[in-house]
Amino acid sequence: MIASIDLTVVWAFVIAFAVFAYVVMDGFDLGIGILFPTLRPGPERDTAMNSVAPVWDGNETWLVLGGGGLFAAFPLAYAVILPALYAPIVAMLLGLVFRGVAFEFRWRDPRHRALWDVAFAGGSVVAALAQGIALGALLQGIRVEGRAYAGGWWDWLTPFSVMVGIGLVCAYALLGATWLVMRSEGALRDKARRLSFWLAGATLAAIAAVSAATPFLEGKYWERWFAMPGVLLTAQVPLLVAVAAWAFYRQLRGGADRAPFLIALGLFLLSFAGLGISIFPDVVPGRITIWQAAAPPASQIFMLVGASVLIPVILLYTAYSYWVFRGKVDAAGYH
Amino acid sequence: MLSQVDALLLARAQFGFTVAFHIIFPAFSIGLASYLAVLEALWLATGRQVFLDLFKYWIKIFAVAFAMGVVSGLVMSYQFGTNWSVFSDRTGPVLGPLMAYEVLSAFFLEAGFLGVMLFGMHKVGPRLHFLATLMVALGTFFSAFWILSVNSWMHTPQGHGVNEAGQFVPLDWWAIVFNPSFPYRLVHMVLAAYLTTALVVGAVGAWHLLRDRTRAVTPDNEGARTMFSMAMWMAAVVAPLQILAGDAHGLNTLEHQPAKVMAMEGHFRSHPDGAPLVLFGWPDEAAGTVRYAIEVPKLSSLILKHSLDAPLAGLDTVPRENWPPVPVVFWSFRVMVGLGFAILGLGMLSLWARVRGRLHDWALLHRFAVLMGPAGFVAVLAGWITTEVGRQPFTVYGLLRTAESASPLSAPAVASSLLAFVVIYFAVFSMGVIYILRLASRPPHRGEPGVEPGLPIRTAGITPAPSVHPDRVLHPAE
Repeated sequence: MIASIDLTVVWAFVIAFAVFAYVVMDGFDLGIGILFPTLRPGPERDTAMNSVAPVWDGNETWLVLGGGGLFAAFPLAYAVILPALYAPIVAMLLGLVFRGVAFEFRWRDPRHRALWDVAFAGGSVVAALAQGIALGALLQGIRVEGRAYAGGWWDWLTPFSVMVGIGLVCAYALLGATWLVMRSEGALRDKARRLSFWLAGATLAAIAAVSAATPFLEGKYWERWFAMPGVLLTAQVPLLVAVAAWAFYRQLRGGADRAPFLIALGLFLLSFAGLGISIFPDVVPGRITIWQAAAPPASQIFMLVGASVLIPVILLYTAYSYWVFRGKVDAAGYH
Repeated sequence: MLSQVDALLLARAQFGFTVAFHIIFPAFSIGLASYLAVLEALWLATGRQVFLDLFKYWIKIFAVAFAMGVVSGLVMSYQFGTNWSVFSDRTGPVLGPLMAYEVLSAFFLEAGFLGVMLFGMHKVGPRLHFLATLMVALGTFFSAFWILSVNSWMHTPQGHGVNEAGQFVPLDWWAIVFNPSFPYRLVHMVLAAYLTTALVVGAVGAWHLLRDRTRAVTPDNEGARTMFSMAMWMAAVVAPLQILAGDAHGLNTLEHQPAKVMAMEGHFRSHPDGAPLVLFGWPDEAAGTVRYAIEVPKLSSLILKHSLDAPLAGLDTVPRENWPPVPVVFWSFRVMVGLGFAILGLGMLSLWARVRGRLHDWALLHRFAVLMGPAGFVAVLAGWITTEVGRQPFTVYGLLRTAESASPLSAPAVASSLLAFVVIYFAVFSMGVIYILRLASRPPHRGEPGVEPGLPIRTAGITPAPSVHPDRVLHPAE
């Protein structure tokens, strides 16, 4: 019994890791898509696209691992959450279809490139917005009866979920902009710097708003944040966000290329930790805990054997792939 | 009640539609990834320019097909939860880990090395690049392995128990992964993918050979001749193997899912002393008979039981509520088998042409090969429909009915998402197919460029092309 409890927590962290890896990695390439309309057609857009072309596919695979891992480790949660978030998830998938094919199609069809650029940007915005809305809808709580979702198919749409959605669009755009600061040169880098300045402000405002609203959504959230003595630990999260914000602007003004991107990643990590504090140990907030949703130990052990070998290997060759394509890029691609 | 039925039908339509679109791309990219690995290996071993040219020619098409496979596959990984949540809850402990293994061992391998394969030739050197190509090819195979294990378990479940929540729980992983229909299905599907790719490659080669005949001066068409010859070897060797594999798979189905074989054969009635093979006809489920049937007496018993007089049970021994939809299974099976023999015919014809030394200048053979270009895709879809519709009315055969597997969604929600998928898939993927055809309509030539995001800019004249293209520096054109 002890072993099975531990395994469930282990799996909760593995899934959380996959989701976080997805958010930051696909985050910056979705961000490139969101920023696309602000870039001039021609070398600016081509450079931005080239900076993510070799890695976007791997980045998106973490989303498949997040979904597939949830199905495997917490099948009940997968079966309850996905029907509840039906519309935003379908919208996200269709958005990802558009932006995914745009990577190849825009090079194959110069006459319709403008159209595929719209598909790339539109798909990226829709996917980011839908992911944020899905997160918001999950946080505000979904209706469950027995082992199934019991709400309607518009329940996900509230001012709170839309606010989270817009916040995530800004945050992904910030990752994209700081990624461009790191990977490009000249006028494009200057433009990305200016965008980063404003997007960081919007992202910080969104973090503040969501953080302020969340404790009031659900009694448990309030307890998890403000009960003594835990508050001594949880209070560090907003403090660190403030420190990170200060460091971000200092580095951006100082002309650093890499630091803004890394600090933006830090902001994501802190926000993610904040979400973890609110939700853990639930998987469907306020309704289903990770232990109630967990697959039996036989499933968890079988997967853990593979995951503990394969995830480090994956991280190694993903790192290798990023290393091969390191450095500044230009419009002519990796030459 | 009515709306529940509608929602179920719509959910089935949606899954069928998205999976049918999706399966086309992996069927092509499994074969094409292996073909690319072979081409690159031949180039490294022989140093002949034509193999590198063909590699670069086909990798551009691979990139487009692969992108479409990735995005349509992403949809599939969420369809289980959005539309089949009860199925997901019940089977998650058994099937979830297999899918997780697919992601961990296959998708990351493909995605991790695809970037290097597409863009990294001059960054990592030929040998490491070849390793990346091999890893991508291996990834496509792992992917087929795991997803077909999942699919096979739904047809021939074993190695599981049921817990108090009604979930299937794993007892014996070896028995689950290597369930009875899995080895047959895996071999049959991987061979199908190789044949599908061979037919496409053969059709493209034949197309360019035909076009060259109309020109006054025959251009240097070594690329077209090489790809055509390689594809025809595949068709000649793999088509007979595939027919044997399909036969073995059919016998396995007879053992584990007899009702599916009854529907494939159109056997409504039992035949105690030798069953006929129905070649064509119109299955009438209500009347329980095949109308206008053209039959060969006793041949079905000979094929399925290897004896002319062996008794074969019919659908009259199966409760009516457990019948699969007979006409769909009956006809899709005939389409698959018919195309299988047509592919065998092409392979044999090409051998005959080889013997006569006319492989590269026999227009009739080339026209036949062009015609058969899409045959692999149609056969794969028809086979897929045969086996999956034949699984109905169950999702987990004999244990979980399709009607009990669906999500508690209202019909309008499923209808609007289905409409969105249909419109967007047709729009996006038909553009992709047009781009593939456009790429394939140009012949491969010496010094073929690879996948280059920057190419359009350079051809626009911003940078002189040859001076910046390292591959061409290493292997000068002409």
